[in-house]
Amino acid sequence: MIVDIDEIDHAILRTLQQDGGLSAKDVGGKVGLSQPAAWRRIKRLEEAGVIRGRSIILDREKLGFDVVVYLGVKLVTKGRVSIEDFERAVCAIPEVQLVQHVLGVYDYRLKVVARDLSDFERILRRRIMTLPGVGNVESNVLLSEEVVGTTT
Amino acid sequence: MHVDDIDRKLLRLLQDDATRSVSELAELANMSSGPVWRRLEKLEAAGVILGRKVEIDYAKLGYTVLVFLRITLDKTQGNAFDEFINEAQKIPEVEAIQTLLGRVDIRMDVRARDLKHYQEIYKSGVLALPHITDIEALMLVSEVKNTERLPI
Repeated sequence: MIVDIDEIDHAILRTLQQDGGLSAKDVGGKVGLSQPAAWRRIKRLEEAGVIRGRSIILDREKLGFDVVVYLGVKLVTKGRVSIEDFERAVCAIPEVQLVQHVLGVYDYRLKVVARDLSDFERILRRRIMTLPGVGNVESNVLLSEEVVGTTT
Repeated sequence: MHVDDIDRKLLRLLQDDATRSVSELAELANMSSGPVWRRLEKLEAAGVILGRKVEIDYAKLGYTVLVFLRITLDKTQGNAFDEFINEAQKIPEVEAIQTLLGRVDIRMDVRARDLKHYQEIYKSGVLALPHITDIEALMLVSEVKNTERLPI
């Protein structure tokens, strides 16, 4: 179900997307609302599930994860491949941050974080290539990320 | 800065739940609040903790389509990357732009309300971008795992 939100809600979401650590008072200040009014609107967005949760942003490089690789994975079509088995196994790999079922030249898109390229090679060989049903795998190493605006 | 085991423990607890207060963290880590607070201050000052963010459920806002575009650029043009990225950033529905090393040069996430909306963005926005030689599209069917948790 689509939640109906107005311009002020959009402004609140944009503000929180830039800095999710802001208090209701700070958010109110930026969008021109009092603290209680901002708090009520944020609460409503949370209860409606528009704001699913909050997470902490860490600097992966400062924590030793220098490599991010996007993988395109094709499952083998021969024999019976259980999608559930593949999904369960791939989600259990801690270095895999993102598992997306997609339509197109690949069946799944994965995002993998690794300490360096040899660490990535280890994850690829020992964890990814051994997953049930894995066929063709394509790797693209992330070089840089641009800052872009937000949809809301 | 050097991140030690206790820092990593606190970061893991925050990755599990970013809304945990200093006193909750202290209790879970068997520490008193003072040292926890000081460690968090240090991690923030050193930029290991970059901030907090809200997770938004775009489907609830009426955005049901997410397409990943994989773009190959004409590398005979010296400034193809800069010019492309510059123009792509102006499309509001483009959520992420990444430069990759691999079979494709650029990855872009495009979020749209529905397929008709996507087609409009594609025709009037994406196809008008400079230096494209090839575009491949993957459409998101379902997100099986999406976390920014680092295996620390």
